[in-house]
Amino acid sequence: MTISRRKFLGWLGAAGMSTAFGKSAAAATHEHFTGYPNSFAILHDITLCVGCRICEDACNKVNHLPPPDKPFTDLAVLDKHRRTTTKAYTVVNKYENKGPSKGPVFYKKQCNHCLEPACASACFVRALTKTDTGAVTYDSSVCVGCRYCMIACPFEIPTYEYDQVLTPRIQKCTMCYPRIIKGQLPGCVEACPMEALSFGKRKDMIKLARMRFRKHPDRYVDHIYGEHEMGGTSWLYVSGTPFKDLGMREDLGVTPAPQLTAGALSSVPVIAGLWPALLAGIYAVSKRKEKIARTEQEQAVAAAMDKKGAAKTQTEEES
Amino acid sequence: MSQVTTGEQRSIFSLFNFIAFIVLGLGIYLTYLRFTGGLAAVTNLSDYNPWGLWISFDLLCGVALAAGGYVTSASVYLFGMKKYHSAVRPAILTAFLGYALVFLAINYDVGRPWRLPYPLLVQQGTTSVLFEVGLCVATYLTILFIEFSPAAMEWLGLKKARNLVVKLTILLTIFGVVLSTMHQSSLGSLFLIAPSKLHPLWYSSYIPIYFFVTSIIAGLSMVILESTLSHRFFAYKMDETHLKEANDITFGFGKAASYVLAGYFAVKVMGISSGNNWHYLKTEYGTWYLVELLGFVALPSFLYAMGVRIKSLGLIRWTSVLAVLGVILNRFNVCLVAFNWQLPPDERYFPRWTEIGISIFIVMIGLVLYRFIVTRMPILYEHPDYKDAH
Amino acid sequence: MHQVFYTLQDFMTHTESVTYLLVIATLVGMTLFWLFLTGKDED
Repeated sequence: MTISRRKFLGWLGAAGMSTAFGKSAAAATHEHFTGYPNSFAILHDITLCVGCRICEDACNKVNHLPPPDKPFTDLAVLDKHRRTTTKAYTVVNKYENKGPSKGPVFYKKQCNHCLEPACASACFVRALTKTDTGAVTYDSSVCVGCRYCMIACPFEIPTYEYDQVLTPRIQKCTMCYPRIIKGQLPGCVEACPMEALSFGKRKDMIKLARMRFRKHPDRYVDHIYGEHEMGGTSWLYVSGTPFKDLGMREDLGVTPAPQLTAGALSSVPVIAGLWPALLAGIYAVSKRKEKIARTEQEQAVAAAMDKKGAAKTQTEEES
Repeated sequence: MSQVTTGEQRSIFSLFNFIAFIVLGLGIYLTYLRFTGGLAAVTNLSDYNPWGLWISFDLLCGVALAAGGYVTSASVYLFGMKKYHSAVRPAILTAFLGYALVFLAINYDVGRPWRLPYPLLVQQGTTSVLFEVGLCVATYLTILFIEFSPAAMEWLGLKKARNLVVKLTILLTIFGVVLSTMHQSSLGSLFLIAPSKLHPLWYSSYIPIYFFVTSIIAGLSMVILESTLSHRFFAYKMDETHLKEANDITFGFGKAASYVLAGYFAVKVMGISSGNNWHYLKTEYGTWYLVELLGFVALPSFLYAMGVRIKSLGLIRWTSVLAVLGVILNRFNVCLVAFNWQLPPDERYFPRWTEIGISIFIVMIGLVLYRFIVTRMPILYEHPDYKDAH
Repeated sequence: MHQVFYTLQDFMTHTESVTYLLVIATLVGMTLFWLFLTGKDED
């Protein structure tokens, strides 16, 4: 049947067109974004972390979080890999050492405060914002609780207060935003006894990491994790152990999250602009076809009537 | 228009009423649990699995299966296929109830449902695909309500209002297709932001196209399915036109669905090619992908075609069930099965019975409302005062 | 471009906001224009 084929082709063609337009529209932004110029970052030197969990304790105190199920001095907790929870913005995990030094490897995990946060891109009410300090903050006064930010985060960081009925919130590391705008250090950075955490301008932290690579080339894997991952993060990591052996994903790519959906979003204006014209056109064509069919039918009836009339008159004349 | 209520119909209805009573009662209790204990009290959602059954079924499947509204109204009013006219009102009703129930389900799922107007009225997260979904779905629900309203107005005797709304039909239909294209595809686009979490066989930059095309397949198939069930339970409400056009609708929509399924199959294969993901087909997930693609896309396409060729209404009707299940399977795969595929088994999600209970409760509300409307309002027949409906 | 955008996120928030407003204007405009276009049609 021609009509169903046309319908299918019409729909698919238009949809395909809008995808093509969508891709090129996203690429039309030739701008390159370098982030807020003086934003802060934290450099986590994994070779210096001893797994003491004092940073977790500090974070808990600074953020007035509820007391943990097991005390922070309990190091047996490290035998199982943990993720962030609504009560723990940061966790230290233990891994087998596959690098040059001896003993197990520990690293501290928390929100990476991405330069182009997937959570901020995903939030349909702008509850998550990348501030000019570098911190990605959460505004619980507008959050609807859709949890799309949790779907979006490639690092599996945001947590949700599922047990709260009236005030459930997303919970995650804030980079101690209220402290850093006052010139203070984030709680974990200040508390770390091994100086495994350094705080400063992002460009300086990258320089610091490279300097350590230069000074101790055998100690480190030659890669700053977070320099480019997902378009770059504000929490940078250097390690003696390959990052994938620490459960840190090396397959995330360098594309910033907002770019992942930019193409799809750009199809919206194309559909809004062109589909009314396309559909109105289809309507006009089908109306015209109907009209022609009706006119032809009327003509055929009229011709038949004329014939009948002519035949009748002839018969009347004959009789 | 005689309303013959045979003994057989009455007994079926009371069995349904019995089940409905239980489901609705249980649903009210589960609603109480949800809003006194939070999501933790009734779901297995976790920090690794923030979206569960209510998103994959109530939202994703709900919206896809309600697509019959825009597909049917476009076919009749824009493409001029007048012989399907009697399918429009049932399709619009299904769509309207479908979207209304999606909205109801969302109120259960989000943490603070009273803040649902915030993205529109307080702060707009315009970079979010979910913003676009919300805006479109809300607008389209309004359009569907308006498209449905003539039936209600005819029932209530509001002649002037009804005639005014009917004048808007073409406009509403065009808007319906525009908005549906946007949000049907955007529901797929939601997952574009998580390439690291969705299995490569399902993650593709073509996801929006896949979701849009499958919404057409779902719409066409649901019209066939709904027509089959209506004839089984509400034949006594149907007028001559409705009964006469029914077979043509089944054949016509079956033919269309067959072809769209074939096109979808081709696009899916080309999608694998463009990602160079052939090697994934050899894996366990690959096998499951082939089950979805061959058993629930290629097979219904072929069966629909056979049904049309040998003129078997029965084959087409059963195939519509297969096609609908295929769309449901696809949504579940994208949202729950292929999503978080890299997480260890103990972190994977499976819905709790209470979640399933609320989903069934919501469907039951839809069925009860459908029956209420169809047995009172001119959906399956033309109101005698408005016979100029064509 | 008088407004500086440091992040793609900020850039897109701005451009998408403007785009959405234009989309609404387009849908309204296309409707009104079609009524204008078909205003004098027979039947």
